[in-house]
Amino acid sequence: MRINLCSVPVDDQEKALQFYTEKLGFKKKTDIPVGKHRWLTLVSPEDAEGTELVLEPDEHAAVQTFKTALVEDGIPFTSFAVDDVRAEHKRLEALGVRFTQPPVELGTWIAAVFDDTCGNLIQIAQEVSS
Amino acid sequence: MDELYRAIADPTRRAILDELVHRDGQSLFELCGRLIMKHDISSTRQAISQHLEVLEAAGLVRATREGRCKFHWYNGEPLRAITKRWPAKKRSR
Repeated sequence: MRINLCSVPVDDQEKALQFYTEKLGFKKKTDIPVGKHRWLTLVSPEDAEGTELVLEPDEHAAVQTFKTALVEDGIPFTSFAVDDVRAEHKRLEALGVRFTQPPVELGTWIAAVFDDTCGNLIQIAQEVSS
Repeated sequence: MDELYRAIADPTRRAILDELVHRDGQSLFELCGRLIMKHDISSTRQAISQHLEVLEAAGLVRATREGRCKFHWYNGEPLRAITKRWPAKKRSR
């Protein structure tokens, strides 16, 4: 068994596709109609055969309640690894992305948290080798 | 005033104030991260949330919402009463 998917529940799949590709730089891999929704997956250009990011509809009432609770407390839904959090923070802010947490050094990590415009906060993190 | 002194009597609450003075306007997530990593405080997120409520009741922290995220802001105003009552320098007669 292999871990091949990372799912993020979004309020609008098209809006999410635009944000995750245009702002974050992921590339679309799969886009298949499934009922009134899409099986929509993205990959990192740094790892095209790697784990796929699934942008799922968040229609389930429990999912929406969960998302709202996480966002209220500033808790990210998931985290992506970057080589340089401070540089990514600068780049994303220049693109209009809103951060709820600027880069903060926590132990051997630097992490920042931003709003994905689809109902989630997302963390970017970098491990600093001493 | 009792509420104020009780609020700052707790070491975790003092650490929360330290962190907000260092960087104002933090989400609960950021605050908890800083308390765990920098102050070695092992309280649960729920416990930190309750500490924030005590600080808010004493007027030392204010909460705002931006979008759907809640942020906590330091307010030192109530502490003025302490040095007003017991001045740092003795008043000359």
